Amino acid sequence: MDERRFKKRTIFLIVYLVFAILPVYWMVNMSFKTNEEILSTFSLWPQHFTTDHYRTIFTDESWYSGYINSLIYVAINTVISLGVALPAAYAFSRYSFLGDKHVFFWLLTNRMTPPAVFLLPFFQLYTTLGLMDTHIAVALAHLLFNVPLAVWILEGFMSGVPREIDETAYIDGYSFPRFFLTIYIPLIKAGVGVAAFFCFMFSWVELLMARTLTSVNAKPIVATMTRTVSAAGMDWGVLAAAGVLTIVPGAIVIYFVRNYIAKGFAMGRV
Amino acid sequence: MKPVNQKAWLLVVPVVLCVAFSAILPLMTVVNYSVQDIISPERRVFVGTEWFKAVMRDDDLIGALGRQMVFSLAVLAVEIPLGIALALAMPAKGWTSSAVLVLVAISLLIPWNVVGTIWQIYGRTDIGLMGAALAALGFDYSYTGNATHAWLTVLLMDVWHWTPLVALLCYAGLRAIPDAYYQAASIDGASKFAVFRYIQLPKLRGVLMIAVLLRFMDSFMIYTEPFVLTGGGPGNATTFLSQYLTQKAVGQFDLGPAAAFSLIYFLIILLLCFILYNWMQRVGTADKTEAGHG
Amino acid sequence: MARIELDLAHAYGPNPQRDEDYALLPLKMTFEDGGAYALLGPSGCGKTTLLNIVSGLVTPSQGGLSYDGRDVTRLTPQQRNIAQVFQFPVIYDTMTVAENLAFPLRNRGVPADRIKQRVGQVAEMLDMSGQLNLRAAGLAADAKQKISLGRGLVREDVSAVLFDEPLTVIDPHLKWQLRRKLKQIHHELKLTLIYVTHDQVEALTFAQQVVVMTRGKAVQIGTASELFERPRHTFVGNFIGSPGMNFLAACGAADGIEVAGRRLAAPKAALSGLGAFTLGVRPEYVRLAAPNEPGAVPGVVTQAQDIGTYWLVTASVGEGVDPSLLRARLSSEQTIPRVGETVWLSIVGEHTCYYVDEDLIA
Repeated sequence: MDERRFKKRTIFLIVYLVFAILPVYWMVNMSFKTNEEILSTFSLWPQHFTTDHYRTIFTDESWYSGYINSLIYVAINTVISLGVALPAAYAFSRYSFLGDKHVFFWLLTNRMTPPAVFLLPFFQLYTTLGLMDTHIAVALAHLLFNVPLAVWILEGFMSGVPREIDETAYIDGYSFPRFFLTIYIPLIKAGVGVAAFFCFMFSWVELLMARTLTSVNAKPIVATMTRTVSAAGMDWGVLAAAGVLTIVPGAIVIYFVRNYIAKGFAMGRV
Repeated sequence: MKPVNQKAWLLVVPVVLCVAFSAILPLMTVVNYSVQDIISPERRVFVGTEWFKAVMRDDDLIGALGRQMVFSLAVLAVEIPLGIALALAMPAKGWTSSAVLVLVAISLLIPWNVVGTIWQIYGRTDIGLMGAALAALGFDYSYTGNATHAWLTVLLMDVWHWTPLVALLCYAGLRAIPDAYYQAASIDGASKFAVFRYIQLPKLRGVLMIAVLLRFMDSFMIYTEPFVLTGGGPGNATTFLSQYLTQKAVGQFDLGPAAAFSLIYFLIILLLCFILYNWMQRVGTADKTEAGHG
Repeated sequence: MARIELDLAHAYGPNPQRDEDYALLPLKMTFEDGGAYALLGPSGCGKTTLLNIVSGLVTPSQGGLSYDGRDVTRLTPQQRNIAQVFQFPVIYDTMTVAENLAFPLRNRGVPADRIKQRVGQVAEMLDMSGQLNLRAAGLAADAKQKISLGRGLVREDVSAVLFDEPLTVIDPHLKWQLRRKLKQIHHELKLTLIYVTHDQVEALTFAQQVVVMTRGKAVQIGTASELFERPRHTFVGNFIGSPGMNFLAACGAADGIEVAGRRLAAPKAALSGLGAFTLGVRPEYVRLAAPNEPGAVPGVVTQAQDIGTYWLVTASVGEGVDPSLLRARLSSEQTIPRVGETVWLSIVGEHTCYYVDEDLIA
């Protein structure tokens, strides 16, 4: 068919991927170099290969517990975000009700403030609730920006499904929950996949709130990573190694939702 | 037209509760602070709109706001088309689609301070890959010394960091287009460009709206990455709005002015997004009357 | 308008060995120029695959097909000049109705005034002349399907129009309107039409010839009455008709046949020599008989439903030996037997069919 267009796209893709990967490669490179080497010489691969930085991370309890903590609250947050967003997005997509357009826009406004604004109030709120330094506190705090995002994304995909499908299913005798789970959600798979990944991602990288609301028990990896400035200066190597390691859970998540994102609209025999 | 059903509110209540819990109480606190002079936790004086007036009178604010607008518009101008193009180029199925998805998503997963840090090294001509390459090509590149270079580096870093967001949204949007549309277009003899213009782009309207608003908002609030990379310099060339306001608030160590600045910040973004949102809605009215919405 | 000949099979995997590996078992069929055909069968029987092979969206793994004698197996749908209407409306959202209809012609470089004329003609045919300048996206589902159809009709030399369950998302009370419109168009334009559906009413009212399919096999092609009277496969007997054909296990016996525990005279001599076979008779042809009438068996009524224009009586026959249920459609004018009554039902007659291993033998 369009052989030439296909080739152009592949070349463009490869060029972009190279552009995207080079800084990551540089980060991996740095993670295996000593700090001295990072700051003094330019080399495409480590002259003095060292796994010290990784060892620091894996052996220092505050590092790997940081991972676990982050994973816990991010998982809780993603589940809650999607859970409340799905019915709401369905309502916005399928029905008209009092104030619907305004509420929809209001949701997004919650992402329009620099998070710094919320630090002190959140601190006070969660202290009062006795939830300081818990995973649930961070998970709840992150709902602020993830829920609106999930609702917006899901609503967009739901509106792409013709309403006639809902009605045909009712005629065929499906109960609403069964219709929703077995027919509807598969149709908006791509939206669910992308919403899940974004909730994970934004919660995973959020630093200010996570650091403010935690101290020891629930301290996330992002907070631990800001601790890399010591008397000797910035610990570049450890930072780079930690950076490499923070990619891993996210890569796994997107690998798992790839089928959701990639399969898309499978309109079978309805 | 969508059927009117007030009971649909029940489906929306959980969302409203979650967000209100996280938003309204803190917001009220901020509003509260913004109209007071908090000399100490016990001594507070109501000062009304004092802080707001002080902020508006600040000349440097205009400069920071202007730099911010240019930056955000540049971000949109590059990332939206690039993201769409990337989404079109990414394979739809097979093992390559998984590999490419993962590779594309990587830059999104790196904590923002690490992004800034890596690019700090990456851009140095003595110890960084990009810096060294540019120097080898003959450019007198310095993101610390040259304002234009600093700007371009911050922009490039943002493009590197966030284009995948646009691309992933568009990629998912593309996957949600049923095969039948492509088949019908093939039967109708449509060219590849016609397919893009009449099928893909219209169907991407929804996700593009989200992408544009998200990128605009987030770039308007950008803080960590440029702060780590250039510290706002050289001079104040890359001092964008949030860094400027943080400098002000931290410098004065005052909750009152800080709260006022935050509110003004919020209102600026709110206004701009509102305008953007309504403009995009009007342009894309066809979408809303399609099956499902209308 | 084209005559389409098929001689092919299709399997999705590389090396099909058994029947189950095939999406379409080897078939040879011809769609005459200007005929209206329906591909009827349950989900997964291969009818959409067959349709997509005819249109060119799928290339058969074995064999090929030709239009008017020309081999088109390797040609794209565009090159074959067919039109296809899908299960849900496929329209160009950003265009008006007129622009939608004009699109295929614009892509072929047809001059503007000719396009306008043609679009006007097709819109007229579809009763959409008043809507030409409306945004296509804002219309109801049935209007959108008409637009989909219109885009196919607008090309004058379209070889065939293919429909893949096009009424699925249409409101039930509008379905008959669209069906009537399709018949009208067929009558006027004499196009070759191929219509895929799982609804026998749609198939039987729309098509001149129906292809009944199951599990990848085209088991019978015929007119509505042929399929009704002489189903060549038990599947056809069961699928067509509401309710479907009654099937009773039977076997040959020395001087006749044994069915439902009774010895009956062999209606055809060959039958008495057979081993096991199946007797099929439609409820429409099962009638009340006198006791011990030749060709009748006794049964106990288990259910009697008043459908309105007729009664559907279910009786259990072959008590003790080989119990099965027999359904009979009886006109309301008769005396309807009550539940529990013993009745005699005539099952052997000129409309009765006999099957061995699902295939018709007599």
